[in-house]
Amino acid sequence: MSNSSIRDTFFEECEELLEALVEGLAAMEENASDMEVVNAVFRAVHSIKGGAGAFALDRLVNFAHTFETVMDKVRSKQLAVNEELMLLFHRSGDQLADLVEAARDEREPNAESEAAILKELSAYLGDVESEEEIAFDAAPLAFDAAPLALDIGEHDPPTGTELRRFDIRFCPTPALYANGHEPLLLFDALAELGPLSVTADLSRLPEFDRFDPEDAVINWRLTLLTSEDETVLHEVFEFVDALCDLEIAVSDEPVVAVDEPPLDSRASQGLPAPTDRAALAEPKAQEDTTPPPSAKTATASAPRDEPRGPRPTLRVDLDRVDRLINTVGELIINQAMISQRIEELELPAVAHLTNELEAYKLLARDIQEGVMAIRAQPVKPLFQRMSRIVREAAEVTGKKVKLVTVGDSTEVDKTVIERLADPLTHMVRNAVDHGLERPEKRAELGKDTTGAIRLSASHRSGSVFIEIADDGAGLNRARILEKAIEKGLVSPEAELSEQEVDNLLFLPGFSTAAEVSNLSGRGVGMDVVKNAVAALGGRVSITSSPGAGTTFTIVLPLTLAVMDGFVISIADQTMVIPIASIIETIRPNPRDLHCIGTDGEVISVRGAYVPIVDVARNLGLSSERADSSGVLLLVSTEGQGLTALRVGAIHDQRQVVIKSLESNYGAIAGVSAATILGDGKIALILDPDELVKLTPAAIFLPPASPPRPELRHA
Amino acid sequence: MPRPILVVDDSDSVRRLISSTLRLAGYDTVEAPDGQAALGLARSAVPRAVITDQNMPNLDGIGFIRAFRKMPGSAGVPVIFLSTENAAALKQTAREAGAIGWMTKPFDDKKLLSVVKKVLG
Repeated sequence: MSNSSIRDTFFEECEELLEALVEGLAAMEENASDMEVVNAVFRAVHSIKGGAGAFALDRLVNFAHTFETVMDKVRSKQLAVNEELMLLFHRSGDQLADLVEAARDEREPNAESEAAILKELSAYLGDVESEEEIAFDAAPLAFDAAPLALDIGEHDPPTGTELRRFDIRFCPTPALYANGHEPLLLFDALAELGPLSVTADLSRLPEFDRFDPEDAVINWRLTLLTSEDETVLHEVFEFVDALCDLEIAVSDEPVVAVDEPPLDSRASQGLPAPTDRAALAEPKAQEDTTPPPSAKTATASAPRDEPRGPRPTLRVDLDRVDRLINTVGELIINQAMISQRIEELELPAVAHLTNELEAYKLLARDIQEGVMAIRAQPVKPLFQRMSRIVREAAEVTGKKVKLVTVGDSTEVDKTVIERLADPLTHMVRNAVDHGLERPEKRAELGKDTTGAIRLSASHRSGSVFIEIADDGAGLNRARILEKAIEKGLVSPEAELSEQEVDNLLFLPGFSTAAEVSNLSGRGVGMDVVKNAVAALGGRVSITSSPGAGTTFTIVLPLTLAVMDGFVISIADQTMVIPIASIIETIRPNPRDLHCIGTDGEVISVRGAYVPIVDVARNLGLSSERADSSGVLLLVSTEGQGLTALRVGAIHDQRQVVIKSLESNYGAIAGVSAATILGDGKIALILDPDELVKLTPAAIFLPPASPPRPELRHA
Repeated sequence: MPRPILVVDDSDSVRRLISSTLRLAGYDTVEAPDGQAALGLARSAVPRAVITDQNMPNLDGIGFIRAFRKMPGSAGVPVIFLSTENAAALKQTAREAGAIGWMTKPFDDKKLLSVVKKVLG
């Protein structure tokens, strides 16, 4: 076990402890008098400190110590929690997280904020505490009260020339041996203080046949010459003094150091020398004594404790899981191939092979789901991170905000969680900055002056839904439109539906705040969010109602490795299109098709005109205009809104394993990845958003209310 | 084969660090993440010595030491108590429960080995 892997484990633990800390602080916010909660916070900080010390992360130790000391005052009810202190705790928690991160990445933390918070924390510590603090700082890694009974070697060697003689009578009780103490070790510790002589009083030693190995029968007399203080001697016996009869007497006569240590005179009297271990063998022998048979029986009959508490977990290298996922992907492909071969045999429907193939498919699916579940993680840590974002944003904007999270146990692929952090941060900041009104304004409107941001996650129909909702003013559509026109993003004459106006937010370079605040940033707009989500195979949508707030909804696939797709044919090629992106499939009625200009074609869908994009032509597979016999797939794209993709035919709906093209071959416009089908052929997976962009000249359409997005497969 | 040293700490990193330090020094170790699990291990094979943390789920260090001391066969087995808190009251409680000594976290491997050496002779 290398130290670096243990170090990694420590930082993983820190993540968990920091989560517990954030959770605890949130609970303290609700009820600061609940000592269980305060204890939990204390322990989290405490454990970080303990681990950090082992890795010599002094800075982290120091900060955690100060934080913990203030928390301890709360715990011991010397300090009452108010709003101000609570905020300081939150900031301290954030700072601790920063320090952990800095230590992990081996870089310098932000010393300024660290010093500021330390100063504020120290202000809560009384004079006595700050003295202790200084003492601690002086030797943060000192083994402060090392096993006092044992750690005599740590003391400075005698400096004074004046030796004093201590006469010690040491009579252990059986409990001393039972606790594992070893008189020899105590004597060794004393011997480090100065010349020691030891005499064993064996007068109570019984006859051999009456010998009880668990009894303490030997008393000791010791003489120590040392310049150390008497308290040092007591420290040696600190852990045993309740377990023995101990007398320490100091002789007033100073003893001048002599050439010949008095030990020799003792030895000459036939007494054991201090290092003569044989004479001290009794306790040793006792220690090794096996318990009496009756005790053994008791051991055997003692009920074994069932493990309780947190479920055991296993930490596994992510690479291993990914390798497994890859192999399972191959398994799925292999299974599809076997299915295909068996179908080609055209066996009778009742053939055993067919039944067993079905069972195999189910098993393969189970394995796949099981493996995917390994990568799945609850969104909780991600949501918890947002509480800090909300707090910081609230501080900067002077707004009062509370964060409510719902469904934080919802599990999502690890990569999705990682890559969602930035978009989510941005959206949460936006919600505080642009979404919520100022407290005065809210009071005026009769709303609670504290605005609410609600983060929720849920699984619905094979997708993950993440919602970021605020209870603010709702989108100012007039302002959005004005801005879009100003920036030349839409024509001044355009008449857009509410939804279309809302979607303008996702256009590149759009910024809604009348003045760009330093919080939400400059130039980073919702388009970045949209692209990040799209890169994960998901989409974002907005709903907003004036006065009641705005909700952003992110819909993501459950996993990045496998997806449900339609197997389609396009100009004699077999391709796959993700089902998630398809709103509706249409077998067009020639009556609904209309030509626009020389090249354009639209379809009327329940009264709205939707441009048709010929996939084959956009991919350069065919230069001719396709006949109208194909199937149209209605998709909602980022650039053009609702669009109908014309494809040859839909052959199948199935799960496909996603194989990256970019890492294996190179990026192809309009294609997101590839997969291997049951017949062993490679099929490209289309990216509707990109496909539409390939249209030479997008057809501009008069606005119409879009059809309701519902799944209706033709 | 000498009996192993039982290392009890809910922090994986601290526990593994202690354990690997001891192993490198030639001691055999067994590990438990909490007092309850440690009791189970101690019941199946009495350890040579125990190093236990205080703050742990299920059963804390003091609780473990008390239960351990009631176990037959635990007599003479030294227990070193670990804590981040250097509190006199806790130290007293640990001693009464049956700990042989006390180590305050954080500590480095040299300290750990010197203490273990002193305890085991």
